Amino acid sequence: MLKVTLRNLLARKVRLVLSGLAIVIGVAFVAGSFIFTDTLRATFDGIVKGTTADVQVCPKGACSFDSVADTRTIPASVVRQLGRLPGAAAAHGNDQVQGVYVIGPDGKVVGGGGAPGLAFSFTPTKAITGNRILTLAAGRLPHGVHQIALDQQTVDKSGYRIGDTVHLQTPGTPPMMTARLTGIVTFGEGNSLAGATLTMWDRPAIQQLFFHGRDVFTEVGLTTKPGVSQVELRDQARRVLPTGVTARAGDAVAAQNQKEIGKILGFLNTFLLVFAAIALVVGIFLIINTFSILVAQRSRELALLRAMGASRRQVNRSVLLEALAVGFIGSTIGLGAGYLLAIALKGLFGLIGLDVSGTTMPVHVRTVVVSYVVGILVTLVAAYLPARRASRVAPVEAMRDDVTLGESGMGRRLVVGGVLIALGIAAIVAGWIGSGSGGLTGIGLGALAVLVGVSLLSPVVGRPVVAVLGALYRSLYGTVGQLATANSLRNPRRTAATASALMIGLTLVSTMAIFGQSTKASTEQAIRQTVTAPLIVSSKTQSPFSPAIAASIRSLPGVKTVAELRIASGKVDGNDATIGAADVGQLARTLNVRMAVGALSAAATHTILVDAGTAKANHLRVGERVPLRLQGGTQTVVVAGTFATNSMPMPYLVSLQTLQAGGLKPMDAYLFVSKAPKADIDTVTAEIQKTVADLPTISLQTQQQFIDAQSKQIDQFLYMIYGLLALAIVIAILGIVNTLALSIIERTREIGLLRAVGLSRAQLRRMVRLESVVIAVLGAVLGVAMGIVFGSAMVRALADQGLNVLSIPWIQLVVFVVAAAVIGVLAAVLPARRAAKLDVLQAIATE
Amino acid sequence: MSNISAAVTADRLPAEGRRVAARAADLRKTYGRGDTVVAALDGVSIEFAAGRFTAVMGASGSGKSTLMHCMAALDKPTSGEVYLGDVELSTLGDKELTRIRRDKVGFVFQAFNLVPTLTAQENIELPLSLAGRKPDPDWFDTVVDVTGLRDRLSHRPSELSGGQQQRVACARALLSQPDVVFADEPTGNLDSTSGAEVLSFLRDTVDSHGQTVVMVTHDPVAAAYTDRVVFLADGLVVDELHQPSAELVLEQLKRLTAAAGGSAAATGTMATGSEAGA
Repeated sequence: MLKVTLRNLLARKVRLVLSGLAIVIGVAFVAGSFIFTDTLRATFDGIVKGTTADVQVCPKGACSFDSVADTRTIPASVVRQLGRLPGAAAAHGNDQVQGVYVIGPDGKVVGGGGAPGLAFSFTPTKAITGNRILTLAAGRLPHGVHQIALDQQTVDKSGYRIGDTVHLQTPGTPPMMTARLTGIVTFGEGNSLAGATLTMWDRPAIQQLFFHGRDVFTEVGLTTKPGVSQVELRDQARRVLPTGVTARAGDAVAAQNQKEIGKILGFLNTFLLVFAAIALVVGIFLIINTFSILVAQRSRELALLRAMGASRRQVNRSVLLEALAVGFIGSTIGLGAGYLLAIALKGLFGLIGLDVSGTTMPVHVRTVVVSYVVGILVTLVAAYLPARRASRVAPVEAMRDDVTLGESGMGRRLVVGGVLIALGIAAIVAGWIGSGSGGLTGIGLGALAVLVGVSLLSPVVGRPVVAVLGALYRSLYGTVGQLATANSLRNPRRTAATASALMIGLTLVSTMAIFGQSTKASTEQAIRQTVTAPLIVSSKTQSPFSPAIAASIRSLPGVKTVAELRIASGKVDGNDATIGAADVGQLARTLNVRMAVGALSAAATHTILVDAGTAKANHLRVGERVPLRLQGGTQTVVVAGTFATNSMPMPYLVSLQTLQAGGLKPMDAYLFVSKAPKADIDTVTAEIQKTVADLPTISLQTQQQFIDAQSKQIDQFLYMIYGLLALAIVIAILGIVNTLALSIIERTREIGLLRAVGLSRAQLRRMVRLESVVIAVLGAVLGVAMGIVFGSAMVRALADQGLNVLSIPWIQLVVFVVAAAVIGVLAAVLPARRAAKLDVLQAIATE
Repeated sequence: MSNISAAVTADRLPAEGRRVAARAADLRKTYGRGDTVVAALDGVSIEFAAGRFTAVMGASGSGKSTLMHCMAALDKPTSGEVYLGDVELSTLGDKELTRIRRDKVGFVFQAFNLVPTLTAQENIELPLSLAGRKPDPDWFDTVVDVTGLRDRLSHRPSELSGGQQQRVACARALLSQPDVVFADEPTGNLDSTSGAEVLSFLRDTVDSHGQTVVMVTHDPVAAAYTDRVVFLADGLVVDELHQPSAELVLEQLKRLTAAAGGSAAATGTMATGSEAGA
């Protein structure tokens, strides 16, 4: 039996290549996701281990991987005290500043600004790896405020050389600085910095620039004496530290940071794997079709094997064995392709600043195992039903002339599909009415049920679509159109399975299109209703900037109000929260914050204002006292009021003082600028433009430009999703090619007959093309229709979260259907050519 | 294209009182290469007179099917010429051949004669509708009535008996009023009653409408419906009979089989003898 299986594999190369390709793409996606996130993990592990000292001393909460600029510092006296500890070989204070960007000679931020820009005082501290954190690789260490050292990668990328004058944008005053490059520093073991840039001053200089000249540090690194453990030194340090400052063992800090990073990378990995799963599900349709047809074509041969004594199990196993081989080969190639995909992802992420080019890409055993398990399992599952059908071939059928494996009845499908659709719709309706995150889950599950149900029922559900197309074809293309329509209906299941593959892709694409369009519309509406200031200053890099910028704009003639909006992440009543902070007096003059309960002025000390929708979702009542946790500690605040959904960019609002009390350094995210009544807007704009012109990360936008920039960001996100879904659509296209090729082989004699009675080659090609378009458009129409339902339901469920405008991009959806028709035409190119080459004589060669 | 249409519409040459609907000159068709070369047709020259019913007979591998395929613009000969009316086929490309098949030739095959997704009427009209033409309603009615398919027109092939299917195929072949109808074992898959129906019908179209029919068959009874039987052996025309009866045909076939069992020279002699008789 094994020999028979292998022979069959070789004899049907093309078929198997197509279904194998589906596995290759799916597995490549899986392997690529793992390899890429492992690469990121390796990079960040290197950074974490290379920067953590044996014992790390920090203000509480300020030393984790994601902490932002903190107001709290450690005085130099503490460092001296720590140095005298019996277990300490060395204690070095370090000053770290965030938001220091190196401006390249081209005037742009080096590294694109996506990754952090950090500044340090140069420190000889050793990391837990035993190596020094920073090593001077070339030149001299900097001295004074006008000299800096940079890390090797930043120097390589910017093209600066030792002796050059480097421009910097900083959170200090003034924001723009220049300094001479005196040295180049390597970091850790020469590992990648993941795109971050490091700028180094000497200690007095950084303290003068960013710490008002005080001899204080943001952190202290301790090195253990030989024989002293990290924990022993940590305990010694804790006994002498002032309150609010803590010491932690380096290994523990590293482990926690790795865990935090692991979580983020886990999200990224899951995100990518979701798309891999979609691709694989679509691939399953393709494989089911391929194996069904392979079995159908071979039914006579299988019957012969049965007649000669092969058992059902043997027949079944021979088909599954074939699937196993396809799965194995597909997974192997997929693994290789996954490596290439990871390289591509690395390049892609490098473009947005996450540069991990210094790290070798690890292929862990887990990646290999998962790839093979997924690839083989998916193939076997998909081949199982066809294999079972194969084993049911009766031996007597070997003697018959025409053997076809009948399509089993639609009965059970109708029931299962109908029930699924009914349940799904019920869940969606419930979610629609219920709204909130529970509603979203309901809609998600409902959408899944409907999707599966429609896949099962698509032979029935798709009938009106095919009927419309059929009528159109008949009037446009006459008999050829009629034949094409009839052919597409001949194996309703096969057509449906093929169309379903495309349907899944287009459902997701349309859902995202509606989601994106609604987000854009909601954002635009929110900005138009809320922002009364004509001008908005923001950061191109999404990183906060120095309040000195607000101060300098405020002093310009014609400027009336500059409202600073700061953003922090923390926890409100235990829920993760993005918290805005502003001077409400200034804010009221630039934003029209519509209050639902209470007054805007209530945002003072120890109070918090909450978005009405968020308050409802998180069960926050006005007057309630809730804990507000920020980096520097937890405060108790009173919910003093709620504002109407979408009338503030952030779901929570506190005063500037509250934020600062939370340990956060004053750094602005947005400035809303209004002009004096008599001032000319163009003059004011030009004045501000002049002020921010030399700050490459800062942009000044009118309201419309701001809206456009937001839309562009949403579009970029959508394009990324479309790009990831494209792989599933490619598989669906392969499915169409496959189905067409197979039905042409099945209908060889009929095609010969048609050719004999006068069907020209051009007409034959057109017939195949039209059939292909039927399949593609069927999938697209069903997909877009479901996308409209799912997308609308999803937007509706998120209305409380600010998605209050439902906007359906009709033109775009029509474009999707038209694009599907074009895809149909393209998918038919090869099968049509093959059909046209068929020998006319086959029809009559009955001998 | 235009020169073909011109040629097609031109008057055909009269030959011995009857026009020639189709003819082949020194037709050869070989398969394979080098040592394995097989000649399916080894220099066949033959004429099919218009308005006559001709049977082509011979053992399996005698070349009768290949001859029909080449005559009917389905296959290209290795060398030699084929004329349908005045049109010489060997120089034509696929487009022109498709047109010839659609307009000038009708086909009836042994099996798989109809497109399963079309109704009987649509199948009958298929060659015309592919050409984008409407059938002449009077002729359509005549054909449908003669074939007795009036109440079966909206049925699909799967709902028709074998005999009915074959009559649909005949109706299709006749509807475009082709120069020649080629039938390849049209009764091979039918029981004797249905077979007789189909054959009488073909006979009738020749007699009442002057249709030219060429039929490949194994069956002496079927051959007896024709005006003339041509015998092929080893890719050559070896004999022919006029106004045949089943007995005569059977006798002739037996002699041929016996001759094939004897020497090649005997075949040659017999062929010469028979042709002299014609």
